[in-house]
Amino acid sequence: MPHTLAEKILLAHTEADDVRPGDVVMVRCDVVMANDVSGPVAFRQMEKMGATRVFDPSRVVMVADHFMPAKDARSAELQRRLKEWSDEQGVTFYGQGRGGIEHTLLCEEGWVVPGSVIAGGDSHTCTYGALAAFGTGLGSTDIAHCLAFGEFWQAVPATIQIEFAGEKSRFVSGKDLILAVIGELGVGGGTNAALEFVGEGAEALSIDERLAVANMAVEAGAETGLFPADDKAAAYLEGRTDRPWTTERSDPDAEFARSLRIDLDELSPLVALPHLPGNVVPVADAIGMKIDQVYIGNCSNGTMTDLRQTAEILRGHSVHRDCRMIVVPATQRIYREAMREGLLDLFVEAGAMVSTPTCGACFGGGMGVLAAGERAVTTTNRNFKGRMGSPEAEVCLANAYVAAAAAIAGEIVDPASVLSGVST
Amino acid sequence: MIIEGRAVVIAGDDLDTDVMYPGAYLNIDDPEQMKPYLFEGFDPSLRDELGDDAVIVTGANFGIGSSREHVVQAMKAWGVQGVVGKSFARIFRRNCVNLGLPVLECLDAAEAAQPGSRVRIDTGTGAVDVDGRTFQAQPIPELVLELQASGGLVPWARERLRA
Repeated sequence: MPHTLAEKILLAHTEADDVRPGDVVMVRCDVVMANDVSGPVAFRQMEKMGATRVFDPSRVVMVADHFMPAKDARSAELQRRLKEWSDEQGVTFYGQGRGGIEHTLLCEEGWVVPGSVIAGGDSHTCTYGALAAFGTGLGSTDIAHCLAFGEFWQAVPATIQIEFAGEKSRFVSGKDLILAVIGELGVGGGTNAALEFVGEGAEALSIDERLAVANMAVEAGAETGLFPADDKAAAYLEGRTDRPWTTERSDPDAEFARSLRIDLDELSPLVALPHLPGNVVPVADAIGMKIDQVYIGNCSNGTMTDLRQTAEILRGHSVHRDCRMIVVPATQRIYREAMREGLLDLFVEAGAMVSTPTCGACFGGGMGVLAAGERAVTTTNRNFKGRMGSPEAEVCLANAYVAAAAAIAGEIVDPASVLSGVST
Repeated sequence: MIIEGRAVVIAGDDLDTDVMYPGAYLNIDDPEQMKPYLFEGFDPSLRDELGDDAVIVTGANFGIGSSREHVVQAMKAWGVQGVVGKSFARIFRRNCVNLGLPVLECLDAAEAAQPGSRVRIDTGTGAVDVDGRTFQAQPIPELVLELQASGGLVPWARERLRA
């Protein structure tokens, strides 16, 4: 029987002889991850289950990143509990100054390999699809079960295959590819499905850009978003991991619930307008929108690639006097690399604030939330009402070029106009 | 299991878990303390309609976005008996199942329900009565029915550990 990539990965992690979309099976996890928000809630549930030890300490990882550094005594308490629990269970813990944003971090640290299943107490666990891992976001009770038993129940998803055809143009990044997909599918179009990204445009993407694409699969409602492993994935994994991994692809005659083709030659930078990630327009249609804050960072677009794109635009310019700019490198490693490259200095000189790695304002946790009536352009993944602070604030999602250009102009502009020196 | 209650209608489609329970309050891990922040970013007055006879009725694709279980934990802490909607986002639905809160996808029932409508749910058959009119919810997979019958993933896992 032909299978899709998602089906093959799940089949290798169940007792079932075969899997078909819709089958509900117990799936074994290779890695279980939680953070300072989902972890402590999961520990309570695990205790109620009567379980005292994790199924395998070498497969469990905890990351303090959401309210990092602690915004108040309550969040400090959650982080303390996360560390104490991790030490007691003998599992890996990444704390303040030693990690960063969970999804970028776990890829960097070699936890994520092709063909593996990763259960994460965070909806953006689908990011791991960038490395062909079935990463999927779960709630805390699911995570409690994963911690205790190393498995979760899962309805086998159908697969929506997305072909990125052609070549993307200047100022178009991975962010635009996934915004185009969400714009097509809508915020519910991927429900009960895994997305699979193929085609020359997918193969041409760097791992950083694949992370940006896979990260937002959940914004279309999907379970995960997979890039089949290739030489780029192998090169990225080199020296990061000794975990065994497999290279699988969907069978040529596998059945897809839907096939979608995005022509990159036609694609311009996009903006997701408030208040849904599927509310996507070309940047040309958003020009002139006044911007109070620019936020570059988060688990989708806080990579070196994003910081370099930001620097490319910002070099020789200053942040507009009526606009604030926050740059958040996703991990400590990226933070140091950006420092060595002189990028952080460039950002600070331009008038931006550089934060240490954190989920921070992306989810309204702190570190730069918005006031009523304010509007931000961010490289983050959600622009829901109230997501970044006041319910009367607005968030527009865009790539780092568009965001950085908006910081200079104080309004949304075409990034090409900044580099060409054309005033807008 | 039969659930009988009063409809609390949350109108609109594609509602996310951020508005149902804003991120600023995710530093709370005790369900009782989550209660005051449920619906905070959407319509705080909805909290006044909750109680142990409440059945929440939603639009399509309800609960998109974050995996935060705080939404469902707070609903449970308020005494909510069940959720009937046109359709649900994946993690929200999982969280309901795992926490033993019956969750049924039934477009017609969700359309028929008005605030205060009498709702009766037979979780075994998927029959949903709204003010005396009966509708049939989408079928629920066997394992999910089993979890529901156990009262959620916690009691289901506890039984598994005892066995």
